[in-house]
Amino acid sequence: MKQFIVRRVGYSLLSLFLLSVTIFLFVRVTGDPTTLLVEPGASPEDIENMRHQFGLDQPLWVQYWLFATSFVTGDLGQSFYYRTPVLELYFQRLPNSLQLAAVAMVLSLLIGIPSGILAAVRVGGFWDSAGKTFSLLGLSLPQFWVGLVLILFFSVYLGWLPSSGSGGILHLLMPAFTLGWYFAAAHMRLTRSSMLEVLDSEYVKLARLKGLPEALVIGKHALKNALIPVITLAGINLVVMINVAVVVETVFAWPGIGRLLYEGITFRDFPVVQCVVVLGGSMIIVVNLLVDILYAYIDPRIRLES
Amino acid sequence: MTVTTTPLAAAAASPAARTLKLWRLEGFPLIPVLILLLIAFVAVFADFLAPYDPQIGSLARRFRPPAWEAGGSMAHLLGTDHVGRDVLSRLIFGARVSMVVGLTAVLVAGGIGTLLGILSGYLGGWVDQVIMRVTDAWLALPALTFAIFLAAIVGPSELNIIVILGGVYWTRYARVVRGEVLSLKQREFVRLAVVAGCSKWLIMRRHILPNVLNSAIVLATLMLGVVIVTEASLSFLGVGVPPPKPAWGLMMADGKKGLMVGYWWLTVFPGICIMLMVLSANLLGDWLRVKLDPQLRQL
Amino acid sequence: MANKLLSLENVSAHYVSQQGTRVVRAVDEVTLSLDAGETLGIVGESGSGKSTLALTILRLLPKAARIVGGRIMFEGEDLVDKPAAEMRRVRGKRIAMILQDPMASLNPLFTIGDQVGEPLRVHEGASRSSAWQRAIDLIKSVRIASPQTRVAQFPHEMSGGMRQRIVGAIGMSCEPRLLIADEPTTSLDLTIQAQYLDLLRELQRTHGLALIFITHNLGIVAKMCDQLAVMYAGRVVEQGPVSRVFSQPLHPYTKALLGSIPRMTEEREQLTAIDGQPPDLANLPAGCSFAARCPAAFARCQVEAPPDFTVEPGRSARCWLAAPTVHASIDQTIPLSRSAAS
Ligand SMILES: Nc1ncnc2c1ncn2[C@@H]1O[C@H](COP(=O)(O)OP(=O)(O)OP(=O)(O)O)[C@@H](O)[C@H]1O
Ligand code: SF4
Ligand SMILES: [Mg+2]
Repeated sequence: MKQFIVRRVGYSLLSLFLLSVTIFLFVRVTGDPTTLLVEPGASPEDIENMRHQFGLDQPLWVQYWLFATSFVTGDLGQSFYYRTPVLELYFQRLPNSLQLAAVAMVLSLLIGIPSGILAAVRVGGFWDSAGKTFSLLGLSLPQFWVGLVLILFFSVYLGWLPSSGSGGILHLLMPAFTLGWYFAAAHMRLTRSSMLEVLDSEYVKLARLKGLPEALVIGKHALKNALIPVITLAGINLVVMINVAVVVETVFAWPGIGRLLYEGITFRDFPVVQCVVVLGGSMIIVVNLLVDILYAYIDPRIRLES
Repeated sequence: MTVTTTPLAAAAASPAARTLKLWRLEGFPLIPVLILLLIAFVAVFADFLAPYDPQIGSLARRFRPPAWEAGGSMAHLLGTDHVGRDVLSRLIFGARVSMVVGLTAVLVAGGIGTLLGILSGYLGGWVDQVIMRVTDAWLALPALTFAIFLAAIVGPSELNIIVILGGVYWTRYARVVRGEVLSLKQREFVRLAVVAGCSKWLIMRRHILPNVLNSAIVLATLMLGVVIVTEASLSFLGVGVPPPKPAWGLMMADGKKGLMVGYWWLTVFPGICIMLMVLSANLLGDWLRVKLDPQLRQL
Repeated sequence: MANKLLSLENVSAHYVSQQGTRVVRAVDEVTLSLDAGETLGIVGESGSGKSTLALTILRLLPKAARIVGGRIMFEGEDLVDKPAAEMRRVRGKRIAMILQDPMASLNPLFTIGDQVGEPLRVHEGASRSSAWQRAIDLIKSVRIASPQTRVAQFPHEMSGGMRQRIVGAIGMSCEPRLLIADEPTTSLDLTIQAQYLDLLRELQRTHGLALIFITHNLGIVAKMCDQLAVMYAGRVVEQGPVSRVFSQPLHPYTKALLGSIPRMTEEREQLTAIDGQPPDLANLPAGCSFAARCPAAFARCQVEAPPDFTVEPGRSARCWLAAPTVHASIDQTIPLSRSAAS
């Protein structure tokens, strides 16, 4: 187990390293990074200072070292627009993103799990087709389109829900549903396939052979096993949701990290963009690591095979 | 005791006939394919089909509603936008943008991904390690976020978008192709080729590549939808196809401002176009996946 | 017939493909019977329909399969048209079954006590604590040491042999009248196999239950069973008391099986020792389904399937050679329609 954890942590560190190298190289290779990282209209001395600070007069690996250490020490630079450290901005917005992601996750599970079970139990039937259509739409429809249609209907036409901004739970409903639909589709598909696999297992057969009522066979014996991968995916997706809400947050003007990223691009505030991207990638690598380790605790077979 | 044939058994046709039947119509997504063909047709002949110049409007005729609404006219079938440009013409030229960006980006992603996937899977060893570790690291970034980051660095242009999407999506290809190659390597004909002394490059080109093409095509079709959504999202966020080019995502971003005051046609029509195209690509991809490549079913 | 515990009359169960174009006759016109307390062995090659037959009796066939005909009389009731809710009360209570892969039959997420006590709770309305107590007794009865601690453990904490015994204990929990064991020992090593068989026999004696024992292994049949049914391509081709069938096999297939009889010490998969392949069950030949591999086949076998000839009470075979008037029938003219059918 220890060996597994050590190796898995090593893997994640490698991923983080490669990710940072990627980002570093993209910023350097595509031209002079000072143009991205120095405010528009800065004086020539400022630019010269900046070049020195980034070590642009030094070999590439020294530059990378400076870049990496600044990240590790939490120095992600200043926002041009807000004139505050970007990390501060990031943590100001993070709670909003968490809130949105949490509600979206609850919705996606409330929709995805029951419909996935129903589709598996009635495989090939009406509910299966209905579920397939629902998930196909969820995976195909662009989120800004869903969001705008919701606004058009619930805010413009019916006037029931606020079209943008933050505040009460009403503000959250539409963005959370828009974000959650895609994930509901993913959770439904996984629940369905995992349930189908479990329903085919010997222990479900034995449960039926024992004469258990079908509700107990499915609700007790099948469901608990089928939900393990779904909960795992949901754990990872919660973190993914925080980081992919840019379109939803833009449509609904929800002040989360995605909105911050959007502001970063519209105000040409590159340090902000870089911060959101780096932290997003790191967060996902870390949660993948945690989930793998947790899984290895639950299921000893994983440890052995890898 | 007699030998009886039940009607069910009698209904069983010869294997060849059954295969043919499977291929012909079973679940063939006719409507999606027609929609894709229509979009492609419109994209190619946009210059002849569009009634107006998509980039030039007149402010005197802004915010005209569609023809069937009060105040609309047949001159602008689907209305006009905030600078008086004809929505229908912009949609028609937008089809060209979506098709060009979508197809070329998928081609770029598929090309890089297939190449690296084959190298990784066939050569193994450190080549495999390097490619797969980079793939893993890149996959950690959500595609849209990654694309936004790249777009923020290189700036928006149609060509840049294609390169960016190719650069973001090759990783998914590489993964799948590598897996496929690993199983092909165990197959008889590849082993025979090795024994016969064919060079690695020859084997990869002649034996591996043709056999992963099926999966590559299926993936490309499924990826087309994803790429189009991402392109539209980038354009919607203002880092995609730069204005005044008529991209559907951009039209929706522009139209969003008018939504609250009732100019619904500016967002709904481009939205429907994107939706139809993406749904069609996905339905076709799903069908191809089942037909061409049963191994990819669980994707 | 009336006092039989279980009797199947012309039972057929087919798998039908989704398009309805492919019909696999996995169980075809099977007639069998079993007295209370008796042991019936069912042998046959892989794919001959043994598991399907067992699941047919319990009406737990996969979705693709259906019972297309026959009667399954159990304690005087026909199971075939029993309402689903009543059928559920038969399973686990009056007829229990041990699956082909007992290693995978236990749910990894629930305790042994929970799973062993479950039938008691649903069939006898036992409370949680009394079901738990009786689970301990049951675990003890299948000779597992320290049942008090075992009962609270999870399946992965037990060895394969133990899990097998647990599955046996689940089968016995409601004291059924009939236990169907589908190759319960294939995944065990030989010592544990022998121990398990002893255990089953002992349970059978103490509870007076009837046993249907499905196996590939004629050695086990010799040791365990009173009656024997040999299946080939979905049909029972020969049946009778074990001693009679062993000493005087009627069907060429049975003869071939006995010719390749394995010792208990040999590996499994012995029944493939006969040359050739069984026919495709979706595309059965017009004549005897064994004809292609039969050393004794003659003209009639190719065109007309032999019926089930009862040779003596409780003893029958599906082979023209077992026909009472075999010589007379060889020369019979064959109706045109039949030759056309082949
Ligand atoms: N779900 C299914 N769909 C279609 N055909 C099936 C299905 N399950 C089994 N069959 C077919 O039914 C026939 C009988 O299968 P069955 O499992 O009853 O054989 P068996 O005698 O138990 O074999 P084994 O000794 O390997 O367990 C086989 O030819 C098999 O291919
Ligand atoms: S009927 Fe003919 S082919 Fe069939 S087993 Fe008997 S002798 Fe052999
Ligand atoms: Mg079987």
